[in-house]
Amino acid sequence: MPMEAQDIENLIRESFPEAKITITDLAGDGNHWAAEVIDESFRGLNRVQQQRAVYASLKGRMDGPSGALHALALTTKAPD
Amino acid sequence: MSEITQPEATQPEATQSGALDTIRQIIASKDVVLFMKGTRTMPQCGFSSRVAGVLNYMGVEFLDVNVLADAGIRQGIKDFSDWPTIPQLYVRGEFVGGCDIVTEMALSGELDALFEQHGIAYDKAAAEKIREANA
Repeated sequence: MPMEAQDIENLIRESFPEAKITITDLAGDGNHWAAEVIDESFRGLNRVQQQRAVYASLKGRMDGPSGALHALALTTKAPD
Repeated sequence: MSEITQPEATQPEATQSGALDTIRQIIASKDVVLFMKGTRTMPQCGFSSRVAGVLNYMGVEFLDVNVLADAGIRQGIKDFSDWPTIPQLYVRGEFVGGCDIVTEMALSGELDALFEQHGIAYDKAAAEKIREANA
């Protein structure tokens, strides 16, 4: 069952309540998403650490073909 | 600049410790190691192809490890790196990132800096060409 943009945002927001989150449907097929997450908690972390934290917030939904989230491009940063 | 990352199947059983030992040996054996789907000459996935392409174009010597050829490594590298997607780039034993991060670093010049910091040879002019083409 594919996920909706709001589902993805809600999951990320549980872990990053104050973040600016932008979800984009890249292919218009509800299956290839991009997420930009801008959060103060990322300050001082490198990109790997930032994106690990976002993956963790998705709680296994990226786990393979059986996972609900098929493809997600991540962009993460701290606010300017 | 951002790319889609493709999630990988998670196998139900825990990673064999043998696979983790093999992974440790692999990343210690070469300065630059790319875990990818397919090989540098026959990539089997667009995201793997992109990262291998950047390294090839920058003239960096690297070891390509085809995770499709070994189920233990395919799952093991995700557990080892705590990272759910392939490809994965290692430089001097350190995890650098996947396709999104490596692409971003190539375009910002951070990848050049990383190679310089570790004394790894690369073609600066080629790196500049990548940035000009994507400016």
